[in-house]
Amino acid sequence: MTTRIRETRPASFWPLAIVFVLFVLFMYGPMFVIFILSFQGPDGGLTFPMRGVSLHWFAKLAEGLGVVDIGAALWRSLGLGVAVMLCTVVLSVLAGLAFRKRLAGGNTLFFIVVASLIMPSIIVSLGIGLEFRLIDNGIKAVVEWLGMESALEGYGTSLGLFTSALGAHLTWTLPFGLLIMFAVFNRFNPAYEEAARDLGATPWQGFAHVVLPLIAPSVVGIGMFGFTLSWDEIARTSQAIGDVNTLPLELQGLTSTVTTPSIYALGTVTTVVSFAVMGITLALVWALGRRRKGRSG
Amino acid sequence: MSTTTTPSLPAAAVPGRSIAAWWQAAPFTLVFALFFIVPLALIVMVSFWDFNDYELLPGFTFKNYVSIFAGCGDATDGLCVTLKTYYSTLKFSFLVWLITLVIGFTVAYFLAFHVRSSGMQTLLFVLCTIPFWTSNVIRMISWVPLLGRNGLVNQTLMGMNLIDTPIEWLLFSDFSVVLAFVHLYTMFMIVPIFNSMMRIDRSLIEAASDSGASGWQTLWNVIVPLSRTGIIIGSIFVLTIVMGDFVTIGVMGGQQIASVGKIIQVQTSYLQFPLAAANAVILLAVVLMIIWGLTRLVDIRKEL
Repeated sequence: MTTRIRETRPASFWPLAIVFVLFVLFMYGPMFVIFILSFQGPDGGLTFPMRGVSLHWFAKLAEGLGVVDIGAALWRSLGLGVAVMLCTVVLSVLAGLAFRKRLAGGNTLFFIVVASLIMPSIIVSLGIGLEFRLIDNGIKAVVEWLGMESALEGYGTSLGLFTSALGAHLTWTLPFGLLIMFAVFNRFNPAYEEAARDLGATPWQGFAHVVLPLIAPSVVGIGMFGFTLSWDEIARTSQAIGDVNTLPLELQGLTSTVTTPSIYALGTVTTVVSFAVMGITLALVWALGRRRKGRSG
Repeated sequence: MSTTTTPSLPAAAVPGRSIAAWWQAAPFTLVFALFFIVPLALIVMVSFWDFNDYELLPGFTFKNYVSIFAGCGDATDGLCVTLKTYYSTLKFSFLVWLITLVIGFTVAYFLAFHVRSSGMQTLLFVLCTIPFWTSNVIRMISWVPLLGRNGLVNQTLMGMNLIDTPIEWLLFSDFSVVLAFVHLYTMFMIVPIFNSMMRIDRSLIEAASDSGASGWQTLWNVIVPLSRTGIIIGSIFVLTIVMGDFVTIGVMGGQQIASVGKIIQVQTSYLQFPLAAANAVILLAVVLMIIWGLTRLVDIRKEL
């Protein structure tokens, strides 16, 4: 084939390019608007015009909005996000490895995972909430039957951040993790592993020194999925969390009560956390890629 | 491309390997057993239970289902509450599905077939997916300064003397709900459709144009059928999300618009678990019928 000279663009290029640009504006425009408005001056309101530029509403946010302790909710969400991230990474990688081998019931498991992904979140959430309430009832019944009512005084509920909410988040993040692992291993060349085995590596050595470094960027990606999906999750958490709330749940409640730009400041803060996680992920992936290239070259 | 479960890898031939695989998959499986399968089973079970003001009463009764459809039998007073809610939820689902499909397909088509350098393609694709990583509630309330009574849109239109009084239906209305859904979930269409399109052999398109097909004919007879899997996967995502939604409809509808998800949420907050469970079972049945209708098994695994 002769070298192709740059073809002229087809006539459809420009209309489609305009649609694309409009779409990107549609995606990002509103976000920029609240980003700008979160720096509204102290006298400013929820809409334009800007009355000065200040950090006033961030300061207000730090003081707390009404009865809601934003700082505590933020830490709870961060903690839960990190826990979800770690579980997602470890469990997805292990399951991804398992699916490469002969796995009895693998198709059923895969079907369940896809079902969990597309199941309306309110149903999952309701089910988990129900499950833990029934567990509560069971515990209380058993304790009463044993005649140790005094033991129940300190007991509230088994629903909580690192029990029911963690589980609810995992039903949402693990499917993404497993699908990414499938995508990785579908393109993975087993020759490297075989070479390691032929050279006498144990399965663990083969994994730790050959497979893991090769899939590392994707593993980091799974971690990012785990954290950011958890950080913003509402629907599955809503019925499956006890007395405390995560940041997005508080935020959802605040949308109808807070009528100052503080809520935009909160939006800016949560978005900055999301972007920071994405930035860290990209930096890690880039660094891992460079290390690999450095070694092979 | 090899599928992942078929024992094509040499490792699978080693005896004892399947036990190792089982252990590796065990924690993962356990999570889905504890937090997905058991909860679903409990929902079905509790939907037949009775309840009073403060506790659940185990038993077997159709009371909850009967009360959900109470009054649906006689058509004289129009639709009953349940059917009305389903009608409204289905209407939103259909509208959002249609709009996200058109926009998603167009954007994916542009990225896949009109952007030539793969670096630029990746960059623009990532640009489209970044908002997915940010908070949905934030993305919803970001419409307030634009669509509100004194928002940017109304200010602009009034400034141009096109309207005298602010348009009220821009926010907390069916319009803003659909807009927010499209804003939030078009990504779920773009990604699978783009993925399908990238797998289309480019020589097929050349062959079509060499055989004298016009651009539209190629699009309709070659690209659309070959993107079918992506379209179906995207549609399943969008439809199931909108069918079960209560957050977006709540926030963008000013807590005034009913949806099936919202009914379940409200009943849960009043601790009417058996009623909520019965509603969840019905919702699940409707969603499953939609999915079944959309496709008889697309092998998602082959599409990765």
